[in-house]
Amino acid sequence: MSTTYTTKTKTKWLKLFFFAALIKILIGLRIYNREHLPDNGPAIVVANHNSHLDAIVLMSLYPLKKLSMVRPVAAADYFLRNRFLSWFSTHVLDIVPLSRNNTQNKEDLLHPCHQALINGQILILFPEGTRGEPEQRQPLKKGIYYLSQAHTECTVTPVFIYGLGKSLPKGEKIIVPFFSDIVIGQSIPAASNASDYIVNLQASFDQLSSKIKTDRYII
Amino acid sequence: MNNPLLGIPNIIFIIFGGIYSLLCLGSLLIYRLKQRLSARDYQELTKRINAWWVMVTIIFCTFLVPEGFTITAIGFLSFFAFKEFVSLIPTRRTDHRPIFWAYIAIPLQFYWIYIGWYGMFIIFIPLYMALFLPMRMVLIGNTKGFMAAASTINWLLLFTVFCLSHMAYFLKLPDSVNEHASNYGLILFLVLLAQFNDVMQFTWGKLLGKHPVLSTVSPKKTTEGFIGGLIITTLLAYLLAPYLTPLTVWESIGAGLMIATFGFIGDVSISAVKRDLNIKDSGTLIPGHGGILDRVDSLIYTTPLFFHYVYYLHY
Repeated sequence: MSTTYTTKTKTKWLKLFFFAALIKILIGLRIYNREHLPDNGPAIVVANHNSHLDAIVLMSLYPLKKLSMVRPVAAADYFLRNRFLSWFSTHVLDIVPLSRNNTQNKEDLLHPCHQALINGQILILFPEGTRGEPEQRQPLKKGIYYLSQAHTECTVTPVFIYGLGKSLPKGEKIIVPFFSDIVIGQSIPAASNASDYIVNLQASFDQLSSKIKTDRYII
Repeated sequence: MNNPLLGIPNIIFIIFGGIYSLLCLGSLLIYRLKQRLSARDYQELTKRINAWWVMVTIIFCTFLVPEGFTITAIGFLSFFAFKEFVSLIPTRRTDHRPIFWAYIAIPLQFYWIYIGWYGMFIIFIPLYMALFLPMRMVLIGNTKGFMAAASTINWLLLFTVFCLSHMAYFLKLPDSVNEHASNYGLILFLVLLAQFNDVMQFTWGKLLGKHPVLSTVSPKKTTEGFIGGLIITTLLAYLLAPYLTPLTVWESIGAGLMIATFGFIGDVSISAVKRDLNIKDSGTLIPGHGGILDRVDSLIYTTPLFFHYVYYLHY
């Protein structure tokens, strides 16, 4: 698995086709405060998680020439589970694989993330850990705190996504086009302990979600 | 007479030349008025007119490409309008698949048009989709909100796909009736008048508007704006009809009155939807104009009405 997290730029044309077709035409995004998004790594972008489309949409916010720097952190047990998916995750999405079966210790678990940040890349991370029910938020995991502690120079930018859980919810295989809202917030300040940090992050997500109408999606 | 280079009637080029001249005039006027306008008004107007430049150019380009591409382009317009609409309304989680099928109806509808199957084009959405979608929903088995879901999805499809798709069917009418301007002339006539009417209602409303006409739906719409738009649009219909359509003088006046009146009805219908959902613009796709729906709202009623008007009278 150690070979899977090296950046591959030669498959850029694939990304070009994939992102242009899927995101720009099929889905359609309303983006708020694009300027808050970090332009250069090392940086971490954290978002709520409702759909497989989340990571792809966040990557689509970056211009193509920066795309090789942007890498979603994704569960190895899911995204590398068969040959096709593994090829797609590695060559098109260029994921940073994260092992979810808690056999490893914390440092080993986050090692690929540390490595990517040391290489100056922009990580996309979903602190909820899983997609869960569509458009329902889950408690946040603490890994993000340990990452930000180890890389103090790197900003952590919260992004709130709404509507993609409607386009491709967990358990569905067919994408149905809906316009989605992406709200980008200001970076999260450092905190002295993990639970304070998570409370800050949660508050930031709450504040971002209040900027858009979130009552019209699912009844 | 077709232009030898591009295979489109010369008169279409002349009309587009006129539209571009008007845009130049508009841009120039806004630029000259820069000092007299507030910064916000100036930015708003500039954004609007720039969007018009882009939209007119897109329409112009869709006139130059082969017919199949023009039909596809109108299909995309329907797709974007439908997507915008369906994203605004509350939908049930269980309607994921039915909404997917509603999307599938869009390429099918435009395929019937492409092969010139009039009978299928005219009943596919109002009959087959109207029966199929509730069936698909009931087979999933969620009865909570069933009526609301079945009726809204069908209504959206009717408004954004069925009604707008009539624009593409103009291209399938026999060429011999309107040889000097071709069927593109009818599309240009309709779209130009409907959009011109919008701009005129807005302008007259700003200049003279005092009496609200439907204050519970759209507080900015005034009787003065509506009447002003009606008069100017009808006048323009009378002037353009001999060049672009097979309509007689009285028929062209009828067309002008119809497009102005039902352009207004389409406009306030979408306003009512937005008011019901408590939102201002339907989207952010077109700078200064809101979403696609805000722009095509005046075509929802006018397209099928004008199509059948012309179809009944001349084809």
